[in-house]
Amino acid sequence: MAKPHSEHALWYRRGLRDGVPIALGYFAVAFTLGITAKKAGFTAFQAFVCSFTTNASAGQYAGIALISAGAGLAEIAIMEAVANARYLLMSAALSQKLDPKMPFFHRFLIGYDVTDEIFGISVSVPGYLDPFYTYGAMTMALPGWALGAMFGVICGTILPVSIVSALGVGIYGMFIAIVVPPAKKSRVVAAVVLISAAASFAVSKLAVFAALSEGMRTIVLTVALAAAAALLFPVKDEEAKEEAP
Amino acid sequence: MRSYIWLAILAMAGVTYCIRVLPLTLIRRKIENRFLRSFLYYVPYVTLTVMTFPAIIEATGSVWSGVAALAAGILVAYLTENLFLVSVLCCAVVFVVEMFL
Repeated sequence: MAKPHSEHALWYRRGLRDGVPIALGYFAVAFTLGITAKKAGFTAFQAFVCSFTTNASAGQYAGIALISAGAGLAEIAIMEAVANARYLLMSAALSQKLDPKMPFFHRFLIGYDVTDEIFGISVSVPGYLDPFYTYGAMTMALPGWALGAMFGVICGTILPVSIVSALGVGIYGMFIAIVVPPAKKSRVVAAVVLISAAASFAVSKLAVFAALSEGMRTIVLTVALAAAAALLFPVKDEEAKEEAP
Repeated sequence: MRSYIWLAILAMAGVTYCIRVLPLTLIRRKIENRFLRSFLYYVPYVTLTVMTFPAIIEATGSVWSGVAALAAGILVAYLTENLFLVSVLCCAVVFVVEMFL
């Protein structure tokens, strides 16, 4: 089922376009990450390489905090596995968006950059995901993230706080734009979204859950709520097809 | 110290890549189990919502600029379904609201 090249090119361009807001948001978040990295003893080049190869905000914050404490490599590896465990779920969900006939090597490339945002836009395309869409987004997002961290090390205190603060919500704006349209079309999805927001708010305020890191809270809530929704409102095959016209 | 940081960077990248690539390469076909399929169908909605809220109102200089960005974002996403527009709008709303606070 080889697609004509022009179709891949089209998806690549769409990926570039949708990658712009991701790259802007990443730049801002990575900038603050770079400030932290500098305090931990990173050079600008190290911050660039670390961000280009790991590209995970919470994972890098956690890792850099351990590095500045001089932790062992095994500890850092375990921390990374815990902080990034949500990507296991995201990659599993994304595996269902891939055409089984797609050449296998694409899976190794897509897997390089399963971030919250790139997962979000990749999983929301209709039908099977054309990997070139993801590559387009990566082409924008990876440099945005890595350069942001680098500039954070070099000139962490130059940008005014008001601009860094404003750029920081760009990522959330994107999540909203991914979640709202399907919620508009499906009452079940809308209910799942509202309940998720309420549960997330409650968990962030309750002292019982204070010991859980943000990454762990995301995993616990995702598993619990997605499982409950799957039990109560199992998806019919027809619905999945409607998603994929 | 230099080589320690480089080794740590390598460890972080290696572990993170494995986590991301294993499900993609191990799950090669369509999952037939209806519960699992439904579970994976709901994962993105739950996880993106949980990461957005309440984080968006805690990410900015004041709760109110975050609330304004959230409200504006939902409204414009509902009307336009435009990723870039919603994202930039949220940033602009925070910037403007914080000028007046």
